Amino acid sequence: MTLNGWLQIALYCVILALTVKPLGGYMTRVFNGERTFLSPVLGPLERGLYRLSGVDARAEQHWTTYAIAMLLFHVAGFVVLYGLQRAQAALPFNPQGMDPVAPDLAFNTSVSFITNTNWQSYTPESTMSYLVQMSGLTVHNFVSAATGIALAVALIRGFARRSAKAIGNFWVDLTRCVLYVLLPISVAVALFFVWQGMPQNLGAYTEATTLEGAKQVIAQGPVASQEVIKMLGTNGGGFFNANSAHPFENPNALTNFVQLLLIFAIGAALTNVFGRMVGDQRQGWAVFAVMGILFLAGTAICYQAEARGNPAFAAQGVDSAPSALQAGGNMEGKEVRFGIADSALFTTITTDASCGAVNTMHDSLTPLGGAVPLVNIMLGEIIFGGVGSGLYGMLLFAILAVFIAGLMVGRTPEYLGKKIEAKEVKMAMLAILILPLSMLGFTAIAVVVKPGLDGLANAGPHGFTEALYAYVSATGNNGSAFAGLSANTLFYNTTLGLAMFIGRFLMIVPMLAIAGSLAAKKIVPPSAGTFPTHGSLFVGLLIGVILIVGGLIYFPAVALGPISEQLAMNAGTLF
Amino acid sequence: MLKQIRPALLMIVGFTVITGIAYPLAITGIAELVFPHQAAGSLIVRDGKVVGSELIGQSFAEDKYFHGRPSATTEPDPKDPAKTIAVPYVADNSAGSNLGPTAKALVDRVKDDAGKLKAQNPTAPVPVDLVTTSASGLDPDITPAGALFQVPRVAKARGLAEDRVRRLVEDHTEGRFLGILGEPHVNVLKLNLALDALAKG
Repeated sequence: MTLNGWLQIALYCVILALTVKPLGGYMTRVFNGERTFLSPVLGPLERGLYRLSGVDARAEQHWTTYAIAMLLFHVAGFVVLYGLQRAQAALPFNPQGMDPVAPDLAFNTSVSFITNTNWQSYTPESTMSYLVQMSGLTVHNFVSAATGIALAVALIRGFARRSAKAIGNFWVDLTRCVLYVLLPISVAVALFFVWQGMPQNLGAYTEATTLEGAKQVIAQGPVASQEVIKMLGTNGGGFFNANSAHPFENPNALTNFVQLLLIFAIGAALTNVFGRMVGDQRQGWAVFAVMGILFLAGTAICYQAEARGNPAFAAQGVDSAPSALQAGGNMEGKEVRFGIADSALFTTITTDASCGAVNTMHDSLTPLGGAVPLVNIMLGEIIFGGVGSGLYGMLLFAILAVFIAGLMVGRTPEYLGKKIEAKEVKMAMLAILILPLSMLGFTAIAVVVKPGLDGLANAGPHGFTEALYAYVSATGNNGSAFAGLSANTLFYNTTLGLAMFIGRFLMIVPMLAIAGSLAAKKIVPPSAGTFPTHGSLFVGLLIGVILIVGGLIYFPAVALGPISEQLAMNAGTLF
Repeated sequence: MLKQIRPALLMIVGFTVITGIAYPLAITGIAELVFPHQAAGSLIVRDGKVVGSELIGQSFAEDKYFHGRPSATTEPDPKDPAKTIAVPYVADNSAGSNLGPTAKALVDRVKDDAGKLKAQNPTAPVPVDLVTTSASGLDPDITPAGALFQVPRVAKARGLAEDRVRRLVEDHTEGRFLGILGEPHVNVLKLNLALDALAKG
C-alpha cells in the first residue's frame, strides 16, 4: 500500500460526501413532484409521455397496484428486449453483421438487463449489434435503474406518511426519475467521456496494420452513451467483454474516478432523500455512516491483499514491490494505468453497489481480495448499494435491527415513529432470506452436477468460488463475475436467469408490502423510552446485525472458497 | 390490473425512443462534431494508413521494439471454429486470463516468461507487469520500470546508445493526473512510433 493510494481513496470519499446534499435535495424535489430548473425543457416531454400512455399523474396507487404496474412494465420490457436480440440480423445498425442471439442466451440477457443485473454470458463485441446495445440494453440501463429508485422512494413514503392508503404512482416516479435525474447527468457525462477518449460512432470495426505488419481489427461503437448510464444506474454491463478495464470503456485515471463517483452518487444521495422525506436529515446521515464504515473496511482489506501480490512469483525473480517506477502488487488481470489502489477501490465499490462493472478481472484477485466483492454482494449490496435497492435493502436491515433492540428491552420496536409489528418483521425476514436460498441453493446444485462442474476454469477452492460467485452475483443483481466460468451454456444461462429473477422480484414484493403497511400506520410521538435511530449506538447496532446475519448464513461457503484458498496460497500449494 | 397494461406497453415504447434512439444518436452527432478524433477511436494514421489506436495495445515481438504486457486474448481457430487459439491483442475480443492466484498454469507461465526476460537483461529484477496479463488483454501501457527494463535490448537491436533510448522512455512517461490519480505509465505504441521516427530523422 502506498501513501498516494490512500490519498486517492480519501479524495474519493471527500468528493462523494460533498455530492450527497445537493443531489439529495434535487432528487427530493423531483420525487415530490415539484418544479426543478429543468422543468421548462423536460416538462412538455414528461406530460407527453403521460398523455401517450394514458397515465393520470395525480392519481396515486395502493402498494399492490404499484407492484402490478412495475411487474407489467418489466414483462413488456422483457418481450421487447428478447425480440430485439432474436431479430437483430434483420434490423439496422448492425455493421458487423451479427447473427441472431441464441434463445437461451437471449433469455438470460433479457432477464439480466430488466433486473438491473447486467450479468453477461456473452462477449458483446462479437455478439450484439449496435441497435441491441443502444435501443435494448441502454434503455434497460435507464429504466431498471429508475425502477429501483422509484421503489426506494415508495418505501420512504411508507415511513414518511401517516394513515395513508397510497405510496405514490409508479409511472410518475419512473418517468420523473429517467427524465430529471438519469438523462441530464448522462448527456453531460457522456460528452465528457468522449472528450477523454471513449469512442462514440456507428461505423464498422477499424482494420489497422500494426507496426510489425500484422492485421488488428479494432472494435468500435456508441460506447460513451452506454458507459455513463451503465455506471450511474449501477447496471454494470460492459459495451466490451473486458468492461471498464477495456481502454475504450475507461481510457484513463480521470474517467475511472468519475465512473466510481457515478456508481455511488445516487445511492449515497438517496440516504439524504430519505432523511429529508421523513423530516430529519440526521436519520439519513446515520444510514450513510453505516454504509461508509462498511465501505472503508472492505476497501482496506481488498487494497491490502492486492498490494501484497502473489507470493508464488517471488521465487521466479519477479519484483512485485511498489516503487516510484511501478505500482507492484498482484498485477495479473489488472491494467497499468490503474495499478493497485484504483483497482481495489473499483472492485470494492462495484460490489458494495449492485453495479458489477469491473476494471480488474475478479477471477485473478488474491483470495482475500476476491472475498471482499463476494461478501459485499452476499450482504445484500446495501453499502450505498444498487440505485434504490441499496437503500431499501438497508432499511430492511434497519427494521430487523430495531426489532432486535426491542426484544432486548422488551418494548414494541419503533422506527421513525412507526410501530414495527409482526407483519413488517416477517416480510423483512422473507425479503432477506430469499437471497441466501438462491445464492447457496443454486451453488450447491452447480458443484455436484456435471454441466455445472464442466463450466469451471480453475481447479481447487478457486473453482468452487467461481461457481459460488456466479450465483451470488446473479441473485444480488450485481453482474460481475469470476469470469473464467464458461457461463454461456444451457445450464448456466437458465439457472443464472432464474437466480436473477428471484433476487430482484421476490425481494421487491415483500418490501413493497412493508411500504404499504407502514404508510397506513399512525406516527407515535417520540418518548423517553424511544430508541433513537440517528446516533452512534444505532449505527453500531445496525452494523452488528448486518455482519452477524451475513456471517452466520455465509461463513461456511466463504470458508470452503476464499479462506481455504488463502491458506493454500500461504502454504505454497498450487492447483 | 388491466388498466396498467396500456401504460406498460406504451411507456417501454416511449423510453425506447427517448433513451434508446434519440439520446445515443444525439450524443453521436455532437461527439463526431466536437471531438471527431476521440469519437472515431483515437486512431493513429502514419503514411496514410491506420496503424492502430492510441488507446489500444498491440502485439510487439521484434527486439527493436518495446514490448507490451502479455495478453490473454483469443481468436477462433481457423481449423475448427468451435475452438479458440491464443492470439495476443485481439482488439475485437477483449479478455483477461481469469487464472486464480493458486493456478499452476499461472505460476508456470510466469516462470517461463520471467526466465526469457532475465536472459535479455540479467542485471535487473523483472517488473511484475511484464509477466502478468492485463485485464483487457489490450493494455496500451507498461510501467516505467517495465520500459526501462527493456532499454538494453532495444538499444542494442537499433544500435543506439542506451542513454538515448532511456531519455526517450522518460519523455514518454505519463505521470498521475494532477499528481494524484492513477499510476505513471508509458504508452508502448507511442514510444515505438517515436523510436521509428528517431531512426528516420
